[in-house]
Amino acid sequence: MPLERPMHPFRISWGRGRVQFASTSGDLVFQSFSTIVALSVIGLLVLIVAILFVAAEASIQTFGVGFLTGSVWNPTAGVFGAAPFVYGMLVTSAVALLLGVPISMGIAIFLSELAPPWLRIPLTYVVELLAAVPSVIYGLWGIFVLGPVMRAQVEPAIQSVLGFLPLFQGNAIGRDMFTAGVILAVMIIPTISAVSREALVAVPTSQREAALSIGATGWETTRLAVLRYARAGIFGAVILGLGRAVGETMAVTMTIGNRNAISGSLFGQGQTIASLIANSWLEAIAGSLELSALIELGLVLMLVSLLINTFARLMVGRVLRIGEGEE
Amino acid sequence: MKFRFDRDTRRRWINLVMSIAALACVAIAILPLGSILFEATVRGSQAISWNFLTQPSGQGGIGNSIQGTLILISLTALIALPVGIITGIYLSEFGKNPIGGAVRFFVEVMTQIPSIVVGIFAYSLILELGVLGVVSNRLVFSTTTGVLALAPIMIPFVARTSEEALRLVPNSTREAALALGIPRYRTILRVVLPSCASALVTGGLLGIARVGGETAPLIMTAFLSPDWFGGLDQPIDALPLRIYRFAIGPSPTEHAAAWGASLILVLIMLGISIISRTVLRLRSVSR
Amino acid sequence: MRTLAAKVHVEKLSAWYGEKLAIQDIILDFEEHAVSGIIGPSGCGKSTLIRCINRMHETIPKARAEGKVLLDDKDIYELPAVSVRRRIGMVFQKPNPFPTMSIYENVAAGLRLNGERKREKLDAAVLESLKAAALWDEVKDSLDKSGAGLSGGQQQRLCIARALAVKPEVILMDEPCSALDPIATAKIEDLIFDLKKDYTVVIVTHNMQQAARVAETTAFMYLGKVIEVNRTRELFERPRESLTESYITGRFG
Repeated sequence: MPLERPMHPFRISWGRGRVQFASTSGDLVFQSFSTIVALSVIGLLVLIVAILFVAAEASIQTFGVGFLTGSVWNPTAGVFGAAPFVYGMLVTSAVALLLGVPISMGIAIFLSELAPPWLRIPLTYVVELLAAVPSVIYGLWGIFVLGPVMRAQVEPAIQSVLGFLPLFQGNAIGRDMFTAGVILAVMIIPTISAVSREALVAVPTSQREAALSIGATGWETTRLAVLRYARAGIFGAVILGLGRAVGETMAVTMTIGNRNAISGSLFGQGQTIASLIANSWLEAIAGSLELSALIELGLVLMLVSLLINTFARLMVGRVLRIGEGEE
Repeated sequence: MKFRFDRDTRRRWINLVMSIAALACVAIAILPLGSILFEATVRGSQAISWNFLTQPSGQGGIGNSIQGTLILISLTALIALPVGIITGIYLSEFGKNPIGGAVRFFVEVMTQIPSIVVGIFAYSLILELGVLGVVSNRLVFSTTTGVLALAPIMIPFVARTSEEALRLVPNSTREAALALGIPRYRTILRVVLPSCASALVTGGLLGIARVGGETAPLIMTAFLSPDWFGGLDQPIDALPLRIYRFAIGPSPTEHAAAWGASLILVLIMLGISIISRTVLRLRSVSR
Repeated sequence: MRTLAAKVHVEKLSAWYGEKLAIQDIILDFEEHAVSGIIGPSGCGKSTLIRCINRMHETIPKARAEGKVLLDDKDIYELPAVSVRRRIGMVFQKPNPFPTMSIYENVAAGLRLNGERKREKLDAAVLESLKAAALWDEVKDSLDKSGAGLSGGQQQRLCIARALAVKPEVILMDEPCSALDPIATAKIEDLIFDLKKDYTVVIVTHNMQQAARVAETTAFMYLGKVIEVNRTRELFERPRESLTESYITGRFG
């Protein structure tokens, strides 16, 4: 039953947002104040970008576009090329996705299609807890728990089977791009599985019933009706996970070996953009070219992260809109 | 009709295998969590003692780290909670227009900035201000700059959770208050906000937990200190950053201290997480 | 009344949603190569009944059923559910083609699941099913377009083709026309008339005239029980139960 609209001399359009006249001066003050605060948040973002550009000025002008392709990072010689760190970022992210996506999908499918109702909420909560552990603790665990296991058991095992590939050659000491990638995989699992699960749950029951009615098994129903339907959202979830992996700093810098060069083997030491900044910042002199180059790297990282996440949001938004359209 | 290859049995097998695989994925994911908690408890409890918790890091303890983290998150919350909540109010109550759309987009963008970049921003801003003579150069490594680095992380997070919390309040509640002649701003402050208070609190707590665990932005701002808090313009210690220093240090004593500090940090994080969940559940049960 | 072998025999079937009893001690026969209708007011349990017949009812959380449903003298609850659903197909109230698949892939979906890979066999089956569903002429040039781009009536016929492709013995229809306009409805009713030559059809409908048009036998259900079953003409012209008469004359429902 619709409530009677109050008979005010000024029209209040609740939630429509098109015409909003305040009915009292208090309203005017409140609305203006909150608008200013909200706009200042935009201002803050603009400030962040501006400051970064100003501080990275020196490096941008010195190196131009070659910054990203130069493969030498030598503070003493004043040469700064970001290629090794872009490479490290790509490699660790690739490992993280290769390992993390299948596991995340398994979790999402289990929670959405298979788990009995009483198990769903507690398990979801536990998986979310993975995201609550601070990055530095993952790093600590990576140095003292995972690293030794990698060195003593996992990496030798891989090398005994796949060691003929250049990808797995070299001294396996457990602190390398592979280990960093594994930890990243663990860290992005909560993100990918949570968003994927939402996409799976959004698939209408009628789709599952359609598959069941032609004699599909549970897994076939999931494969045919659910996963295919939700694939845009799942893709978006994966990209979101990638966005997170790219920005991770502490866990990576503590486990990747901190070597500013490109290594052809997964078991080689490396460096990502974020881990380099964390590693080198305090040794750089204020106002120096090195610092400016580090800040330019920060700018690059921010842009990459933004692009990835915006792309992901578009994908996830699309699947949720399909769901609405269907019903 | 039987199909040429009756694959029913095979299909049922595949179904079973895939179900088990899905369950295995869940187990694989929980394994690291269990390991971290286990190791932190076992290795960490060895390092913890009364001295450990009350001595400053200059004397091998983490007392000042805990103090530093508490100070940093309190000051950050002081700024970020009001700004974030008011932005959330704007987005939910006044924001269904193009400007609101822009704000929402930019808030979303801000949540995605890697935290180390925000740290660079804080450092650079203070540096520029120092160059311009507005503030002292030494301010670059200080509590103030640390807060300046943490606030832009917490603000968009709280803005987003607040908007979601406010959205939960049904429109009929607002309409009922308006129909009684209550002006809109009072409706928001006295009716809408209180009715989603628990969700707002949860969002705030989670935001605090989030910045409490941040390390990267503090590397170039808070800088660590061997002593207790010495002032807003002085470097300050912080638990996550202290863990990092201990972890990459050479001595096993430091490594053990890192685990001890981690145990404390994890307990704080989990504590906040559990408290915020309980708050949410209690309120919805009592209603 | 002719006695024909009953293709499906429901024996004292009861079904629950959690604690709520939806249908009680149903005993019914469905004639082979004929159309049987089930009518009744909302909530009388007719949808629940047919969803038990192809074992879809149990896919709902906390739902259960007791009793027997015999398909050619074998209790479907002792056969694997997947096999039952292949032999007893279903068409739903709201058309639900797979939107990410083309028309061809929609129809071929069931066959592919059963391992059929040969292109010629799939092509032939798709052709046959679309023809049997009276959709072939309309889509034969756009088989690789999405299933979701068709009109409501076409989508429903696509779903029928999809169900037919796995060569079921029984086709269950749960108010298949209630979401369609009268012209689409007429097309599907014609289709049903053709289908009964090769299949056993059970149609649930809230539209009595539709039951009168297509079904040879009709059962009237009310509050989870079967009140009366008879040849359709007899049921409508000479109802035995007063409840039936009240429903038919529109006094409730």
